[in-house]
Amino acid sequence: MNLFLTIVLDGLIEASWLFVVALGLTLVFGVLKILNIAHGSFYALGAYIAATAVTIAAAYSLPPALGFVAMLLSVALIAAVVGLLLERGLLKMFYGRDEVVLLLVTYAVFLILEDTTKLIWGVNPIYASQPYELFGNAEFAGLNYVGYDLLLIPASAAIGLAVWFGLNRTVMGKIVLAVIHNEEMSVSMGVRVNRVYAAAFAFGVLLAALAGALTAPKISMQPGLSSDVIILSFAIVVIGGLGSVEGAAIGAILVGLARAASVHLMPQAELFVIYLIMAAVLMFRPEGLFKRETARRI
Amino acid sequence: MRQVHPLVMLVPVIAATLFGRMLPTWTLSLATIAASNALVALGIVVLARTGNVSFGQGLVFAAGGYGVALIANSWGITDAVAQMLIGAVCGGLIGLAIGPLISRYSGIFFGMLTLALSMVFYGALVKTTVLGGSDGFNVVRPSLFGISFVDPREADFMLYAVSVVTTGLAGIAAAVLFRSEFGLASLAVRENNLRVEYLGISANRIITINFVIAAVFAGASGAFALMAQRHIDPQFAYWTTSGEFVFVAVLAGYQSVAAVFVASLALELVRSFSNLYLPNTWQLVLGVFLLAVILFLPRGIGSLWTRQRRKRAESSAATSTAAEEGVAS
Repeated sequence: MNLFLTIVLDGLIEASWLFVVALGLTLVFGVLKILNIAHGSFYALGAYIAATAVTIAAAYSLPPALGFVAMLLSVALIAAVVGLLLERGLLKMFYGRDEVVLLLVTYAVFLILEDTTKLIWGVNPIYASQPYELFGNAEFAGLNYVGYDLLLIPASAAIGLAVWFGLNRTVMGKIVLAVIHNEEMSVSMGVRVNRVYAAAFAFGVLLAALAGALTAPKISMQPGLSSDVIILSFAIVVIGGLGSVEGAAIGAILVGLARAASVHLMPQAELFVIYLIMAAVLMFRPEGLFKRETARRI
Repeated sequence: MRQVHPLVMLVPVIAATLFGRMLPTWTLSLATIAASNALVALGIVVLARTGNVSFGQGLVFAAGGYGVALIANSWGITDAVAQMLIGAVCGGLIGLAIGPLISRYSGIFFGMLTLALSMVFYGALVKTTVLGGSDGFNVVRPSLFGISFVDPREADFMLYAVSVVTTGLAGIAAAVLFRSEFGLASLAVRENNLRVEYLGISANRIITINFVIAAVFAGASGAFALMAQRHIDPQFAYWTTSGEFVFVAVLAGYQSVAAVFVASLALELVRSFSNLYLPNTWQLVLGVFLLAVILFLPRGIGSLWTRQRRKRAESSAATSTAAEEGVAS
C-alpha cells in the first residue's frame, strides 16, 4: 500500500512539471503546426537562467523567498523575449514549408541552443538547490516528502487551469482557438494571425522555461538535459493528442506514473515503458487519446 | 528530360572507388562514414517519395549493426561483404516486421511512431547487460574474400571501396526504381493516397515495400558503421542519430540520387572541420549550416545542378503545387 502511494505521489510530482513543458509544446503545435524539437532547449534555458538568478540572489543575500519569486519572473521574461525573437526573426521565414522541413528547422535551433548554453554555462553540472528547502518537509500518510515537490502539483494544476480558462473563456483565447481551427477563416475575419503566432510561440517558450525554473532546484543542470526533456514531452503530447490541453494533462499523468512505477518496480525499463505506452496508444488511436476530428480532402 | 542509362551511372561509382587510392588516410575513413550515412539517407529519400519521413531509421541501423556484431562474433564471419549482407537481411527483417504496422500512418504521426519504436529499442539496448549495456562492445577487424588486411591503410581502403560500391549500386537501384511504375505510384501516394486506392492500388502496400527497401539500406549501413568503428553501442539507435540521417536527406533534396552522396560528404566535412577548429561549437556550426541550406536551397543541394535541366518542367509543376498547398494550409 505504501509502495503504491509512493508511486502515485512520485508520479504526480513528475507529471506536474512534465505537464507544464508539454502544455507549451502542444499549444505551439496547435497554433503554428510546428512540432518544436527546440522546446526542450527552452526548458534547459529556463533551468540554467534560474540557477544563475538563484546564485545572484544569494550573492546579494536576498531572502530566499524573494529570490525565488524574482527568479521565476525573470526567467519567464527572458524566455518570452527569446521566443519572440526566434519566431519573428527565424521561424517566420519558413512558414508554408513542409511539416518535416519545419521540424528540421527546429532541430537546427535545438543544435544551436545546445551549444550556446554550453558556451555560456560550461559543461560542468550546475546546482541551484537553495529554494528547495524553502517549504520545509511534509509528512503525508507516513511518507516523508520535500514540501517543494508536493507544492509543484497544485502549482502546475493552477497553470493548467489558467491556460484552459484563458483559452476557453476570454476573447483572446477564443481568437487563438479560431486560428487553431481554421487559419484562413480567421484571417478573413480580421484576425492578425501573425501576432497570434508570435504570442503563442512566446507563450509556449515561457511555459517551457517556467517548468525549467520550477525544476531547477531539484536537479543538476548539465548538457543533455534538453534532449531528455524533449523526448519525454514528445511522448506526452503524442499520447494525449497533438494540440490538446486535456490530452497533455492525461499524457503527463500517464508518463509520470509510468516513470515512477518503473523506477520503483523495474528500474531497468524506464525509457522503454514510456515509449511502449506511446507506441501502444498510437497503434489503437493514431491521433492520440484526445483526437480532434478533421475533414479529409479527396 | 533525357534519362541516363543505369550502366552509364556505374562510371562515377567506379571512378569514386579508384579515386580513393589518391585520398589521404583521414579522408578515407571520413568518406567511408559519409557513404554509409548516404545509404541510410537514400532509404529515407526512397520512403519520402510516399510522403512519409522516418525519424526512426536509427532503429534499423542499430538492428543491422547489432545483428552483424552478434553473428560475426559467434560464427567468426569477418568478411566485409558477408557482414554487409547480414546487416541488410537483419534490416530487411525488421522492416518486414514493422512496415505493415506503421504503413497506416502518415505525415507527422508516421515520424513520431518510428521515433517511438527506435527509442523503445534504444531503451532496451541500454538495459541489456549481455550486449554491454550503454558501453556496447567491440568486434574484430573485417577481412575481404579471405584476405585479412594488416596494413591499416589497406584495410581503410578496402572498407571505403566496399561501402562506396555498395552505396553506389544502391543509388543506381534507387534511380531505376524511381523511374519504374512502382516508383511513380509511390509519388502518387504522396500526392493523394485515397485516389491511389481508387485506382485499385494498395497505398499501404506501396508504403510498406518502400519502408522495407529503406530498412535494407539502413541495415547494410549499420554493418558499415560497425566495421568502420569496430565498436557498437546503443547510440546507434538514439534519436539524434536518426535525426542526422533525415538531416542528410533534407540537405540533399528529393530530386537527385547523387545529391545524397554530396550532402552526406558535405555534412561529414563540416562536422570534422568544425570538430577540429571549433571543438565546443560544432553543433552550432551544423545548425547554422542546416538553416542556411533550408533557407537558400529550399530544394536541397541537388537543385544546384538539376535546376537548369528541369527548369521548364518545374515551373509549371511548381505553380500547380503552390496552388494546392495554398488550399491545404
